Order: sequence, then structure tokens, then C-alpha cells
Amino acid sequence: MIHTCENGAISVQTLHTTMRFGAFTALDDVSIDIPAGTFHALLGENGAGKSTLVKCMMGFYNATSGELLVKGREARMTDPKVAQKLGLGMVYQHFTLVPSLTGAENLVISRADTPGLIDWRRETRALDAFMTKMPFHVPLDQPVSRLAAGEKQKLEIIKQLYLGNRFLILDEPTSVLTPAEADEVLGHVRALTQAGEITVLMITHKFREVSAFADDVSILRRGKYVGGGSVADMSIEDMSRAMMGEAPVISTRSRRDTVKQPLLTMNGIKARDRTGLKPIEIDDVTLHSGEILGIAGISGNGQMELMEILTGQRRMEQGDIRVNGAQYGATRAEARAHAIRYLPEEPLRNACAPRMSVAENIAFRMFDAGKDGKTAFWNDSGAIARNAATLIKAFNVKTSSPAARIASLSGGNVQRAVLGRELTGDVKALIVSNPCFGLDFAAVSSIRDRLVEARNQGTAILLISEDLDEIMELSDRILVMSEGRIAYETPIATANVEQIGQYMAGHH
Amino acid sequence: MEPVEIGLWGVPLAILGGAIRVSTPFIFVSLGECLTERSGRINLGLEGTLVFGAISGYAVAYETGNPFLGVLAAALAGACFGLLHGWICKFKGVNDIAVGIAMMLFGMGLAFFFGKPYIQPQAPDLPAIPFGWWSDTPQVQAALQVNILFILGAILAVAMAWMFKSTRVGLTVRVVGDSTDAARAMGINPNSVRLLSTAAGGALAGIGGAYLSLYYPGSWTEGVSSGQGLMAIALVIFARWNPINCFWAALLFGGTGALGPALQSVGISEGYYLFFAAPYVLTLILLIMTSSPDRAMQGAPLELSLTK
Repeated sequence: MIHTCENGAISVQTLHTTMRFGAFTALDDVSIDIPAGTFHALLGENGAGKSTLVKCMMGFYNATSGELLVKGREARMTDPKVAQKLGLGMVYQHFTLVPSLTGAENLVISRADTPGLIDWRRETRALDAFMTKMPFHVPLDQPVSRLAAGEKQKLEIIKQLYLGNRFLILDEPTSVLTPAEADEVLGHVRALTQAGEITVLMITHKFREVSAFADDVSILRRGKYVGGGSVADMSIEDMSRAMMGEAPVISTRSRRDTVKQPLLTMNGIKARDRTGLKPIEIDDVTLHSGEILGIAGISGNGQMELMEILTGQRRMEQGDIRVNGAQYGATRAEARAHAIRYLPEEPLRNACAPRMSVAENIAFRMFDAGKDGKTAFWNDSGAIARNAATLIKAFNVKTSSPAARIASLSGGNVQRAVLGRELTGDVKALIVSNPCFGLDFAAVSSIRDRLVEARNQGTAILLISEDLDEIMELSDRILVMSEGRIAYETPIATANVEQIGQYMAGHH
Repeated sequence: MEPVEIGLWGVPLAILGGAIRVSTPFIFVSLGECLTERSGRINLGLEGTLVFGAISGYAVAYETGNPFLGVLAAALAGACFGLLHGWICKFKGVNDIAVGIAMMLFGMGLAFFFGKPYIQPQAPDLPAIPFGWWSDTPQVQAALQVNILFILGAILAVAMAWMFKSTRVGLTVRVVGDSTDAARAMGINPNSVRLLSTAAGGALAGIGGAYLSLYYPGSWTEGVSSGQGLMAIALVIFARWNPINCFWAALLFGGTGALGPALQSVGISEGYYLFFAAPYVLTLILLIMTSSPDRAMQGAPLELSLTK
């Protein structure tokens, strides 16, 4: 096995690593070899132990037992600083760049030997020289908050190289990128490994990226190493079987023919984005009953603002929203009258009172609804309990009791609970944003089933999602948002991933 | 010297002079708060620190006969208040705003307690530099009597802006203020950075207090501060956490504060007390004007509990 390459890449091995948190074993005797200058993929579902393993490698956790070899020598990762000194660096899924600092400032301050007084002229010159050797270019003179997600991801990788790290752990690096951007970034990373400059361990759940870029793969399930080897020797079926255990039950989501009638229209809407600098302009979008209208786009292109406009959280400068021909201002009364419901992203934060109970949280739509459409003054605790019991059962929410805090539930269960709340009764329209973000395979599948079922029953669904696969799988019609506008529209029959990706990236 | 009749020119001149005189405590408190907030913490207690700085400065200047020792003592006292605030806020679940309000009342109460014996005696004043020597008009000379603390404040504003941009300390403070996680990942201890920033901010507010009691108005009374410590916090928001903007904003506030006396000096006494309220009205107007229902606050440190 090669421990170091000429250009600096280094090898890392874990030997029989076990990590226990109390009685729970997060990692069970995992051994992985990553020779210098290779691109290694770490596959596994949520909770399979991938992050625990890399955190042990990086010194955030002290493994209960087992050894870690760096360049063939044993290393005690007692502290993240030890890992840094040995040349191990990690690119997190959530960016660790400081948003208000410029790229250059971020790079310089992250160095261990930042001088007390920074001579910017010298630093700029040094950075320019360094950047000419980099495979991708990122503007360093702008605050990071103004960079696109892809640029931030590149800058994170550049930062690790700038710090002189030769073993990079990439944690789901492409989750915020378009397919084209992902290919570009991973292509460059692969070139760096082939040149022997770095060794890469990439956490992912995308088989396509594994087979296209990785040399080797290791698969974890429930904390155990369940398979792996050279990517060339493994088929996607092998990998998916190892990852899921048995072949997952693929639900045949049958799409029924539905009557499509215009329900909600947005006309000539103008608003400002969060920074107040860029305009959001939605000219003419109509949502029909019995369809899933997918809105694709890279985060930060106005989808969040669109959601906020529809929920009444963002002021419109111009234009109007009409539901069945009537003006719609997204007040609670109007939403109730038209039976329009919402499932925002990260529902625990955006659609729940985290410390209130599950029963209370899923009563938010009905607790104040009295008889014959009036608002009730007194809470009917019996009705709230009945509502909770029905929804928890119908939507398969796993909770210790309806009185448990909703914050104590796992992400998938919170999502199902809120979806249950929003889908009770005769729902005319459901506006959803990134419903499956961060959920595991089974939870994703059940959420998607529910959405398609609601569609089949005639509910109009507006699906805003950054996951293009999800859009392709669920939508009847697809809109692409880019730079605050609708850049492209296509029915699913003629939808083409490459083309949509290009519109997402704004190349048109 | 006999006052020369200069008519309505007296108003802008008096406003200019007043701006320079009145703004100095604003400059120091707002720079101090700017530093503290850039590190991701709010110290609402600076009003208390200011008042306590005023009495400790006054007392030490009176006892030693040296006003500069008074300023130093005020800075030390302010730093102690800052350290206390920073230390309490370190604990989990402690809200910096609530602690700040408690510290404000604590500082004022303590100052009044220690201040009783110093209401009568007269401490030496801080010196001023007569920049109006070239003019024969006494009004011009009076307006251009610039206290050295004002000059120091101006230099400090530039120095702080430079520090935020070009020193490791400055960048570290900004990193901590923007992202606790990023700071931890870099091996910076956010709590110590915030503790020191709050202490330094407190020291600056203490100096602002010493200016009040040792130069303008130049005596110790329980009403020595008229809310400068609180208004300076609004001023930092208005200045978008930029030290140089803090300086200009402080001048603007000082000028507005001098509006009442200036108009009085040319014989406009109608609504006199209303003009005294001008800085407070300005605070309200500026906060409303610079806010927006549509966008997040620009330039705000992201770890600030105001922006979370």
C-alpha cells in the first residue's frame, strides 16, 4: 500500500474502530484502507455511522477502541488540532466559511500562523500566486455571503488545500450543487487525486457520483462495514443492496388521471429577496388541481422567497395571487377558506412550536375551529386528543406518546406529523418546500407516497425542491427558477435533466 | 472678551461646537459597543458603565488632582464591568440583554452610592486644544475648543476600522461574531474573545463617562448622563457596525443635541424643551428609516441575539 505520494497525498487507515455512546454502538469494528492518492467513497444511509467514523478520524470523537494509521503510522486523534497537524482536513456539509468575511480574509484567518498585522498587499500577491495553481477559480475579494453555493463549496476545498491538508474528507459535497457543477467540482477533485496531490474520502449517498468518480468504496449499515472494494468491480445494484440491507420495497406510485383545473395563479409578482438587493419576479404561474408542479433551482435563486410570498411572509411590491379568481393574501382566514396548506422546509423550525407536544403541534389547524366555521374560544381537549390519535396512526408517526415534545422526534417523524396536520380534511392546495431534506430512505419514500396520493385525490401541489431527482420523480410539470425568475417550463414528458440543469445554472 | 454679534451664523457655529463637545461620549460608547457587538454579544449595560466611569473618573481626578489618572481609572472601572458582563454571559442559558439591563441598573446604583460625597467638590478638568486661535471671534474660538478625548476618539475610530480589516485580532473578533461554529473549528475560544471584547468595550464606555464628569458638563451629578449609553447602542445599529460610521453618527447625534442650546442662543426659546428631545426623536426616526420589512439587517454580526 502506498502511504505517501510524491506530490504529498497521504494514506489513512482505520483498524477495528468501534465507537459506543453509552449502550448504543454507533460504529462496530470498522476497518477501512484509503491508500494515498485515491478517491474513496463512503456510502450509507442516514444514521449508518458515516459521520461518526469521520469524526473519529478528525479527532472530534475519541473512538472507544481501534486504531488509526496516518501514513502507515499510528496516530492518536485526541483533538481536532492533531488531525490538522497531520494534514487531515474536512469539508463540512454545512459551510464553515465566515459569511461576512471575504474569501481572502477567510483563507488568511484560518491559517495557524496568521500574523498579528496582516500585510494585505503581500497576502493578496501570495493568494493570487496560489490560486493560479488551483483547478477552479473563486473570487476572493467578495464577502462569502455573496458567493453562490457552488463557489462556496469550491472555496471550502481550496481552503483545505491552502492549509496544506493532504487528506480531505468531503461530507456530501454535492448536495447543494447542480449536476453540472457537481461534475465539475468532483472532476477537479479527482484530477487532484490522480496527480497524487491529495487523498479524498467522500461521504455520499449518490451512486452516480460513486461510479463516476471514486476508485474505491466502503459501505456502512447500522455502524457495521457491510461491503466495499474497487468501484470497478461493483455494480450499483450491489452497492444499493449492501447499503439498504435487502432490496428496498419500491412503491409503485401510480399516477391516476386527474381533472386539472386552474386553482392558484400568480400574476406579475415583484418582490425583493432577503438581502433586499435582488428582485424576485414571477410573471405568470398557474397551479392546477390534481397536479404536482415542481419548482427546481439551486438554493438562493428565489425559491425561498417564493415560498414566503405564498405564505404571506414576504411583502409583494406588485402583482397579485388569486385563488379561484379571488384575491389571496395568505391570511389564516383566507388559507382556511380556500383550504390551502403549507409544508415549509425544516418544519421543526418553520412550522412547529418545538417545545409543545406532538398533539398540540398537529392541532394547529383545528384547535380554534369551532362549529359552523366560527372560531372557538375554548379548546376542546377531547377533540385535540382524537385528532392526534388519528393523525399519528394514519401518518405512522413514531412518538413515545402524543404528549411528548415534538422536538424529541426524529426528522422523518416530525415531517410526517406536520404533513399529516397539513393534509387533513379536504385540502385544495399544498405548498411544499424541500420535504425530504435530510431524511433517510424509508422516510423519503413515505413522504413522497403521501404527496402523490394527495395529488391523485385532486390536491394541487406546488413542490419547491433543490433535489432535482425528487422534482423529476414527482412532478407533472416542471418550472426552473434562476436569479429570481422562472427561467424555463416543461411538462414531465419532455423534461431532460441536462437541459434543466443548464437553466438552473443560468446558462441560457 | 466681549461677545461679537454674528447673528444667525451663531446657530451652525453653535451646532458645530456642540457636536464636537456632546459627541465625544457617544463616540466612545458606540465604539465600545461596536467592538462588543462585532464579537457577537450585546452589552446593554453601557449606560451603567458610563455613569460609573463618570464617578470613578471624577473621584480619582479629584483625589489625585490629575484628570488623566481619572480617565485611566474610569477605563479600568469600565473594563471591570465589561469583564463581569462577559463572565456572566459565558454560562449556558444566560441572556446577554437581560444581563445588560441588570448591569445598567447595578452600575448606576453603585455610582450614585459612591458619588454622594463628590457632588460638591470640583475636580480638575481635562484640557482642551484651542483650534480657534486664528479667529478673533469668541464664538468661533469657543466652538473650536476641542477636547483631546474627541481627537483620541476620532483616531480610535480609524484604528478600530483598520484593526477589523488588517489585524489577526480584528479578524478573530469578526469570525467569532459571525459564526461560533467556524470559530471553534479554527480553534478559537469564542467565550474568551467575547469576554475580552466586552471588557475592552466597557473600558471605552468608561472613558466616555470620564469625559462627561471631567469636561462637559464637567461635574458630577446623578443626572450626568442623559441616556447617551443607551442611545449609543441605537447608534451602532444605525452605523451598521462600522467604526468610522460610528464616529460620524456620533457627530450627528451630538449636533442634534446641541440644537436646543444653539437656538436658544439666538433667542428662539419657543418649544425649547422640545429641541432638547431632538436626539431622542432622531434615534427613533433613524431606527425606523434604516429598518426594512423585506430584508435582513445588513452588516449585522450573525451571532448577535438581535439578529437571530
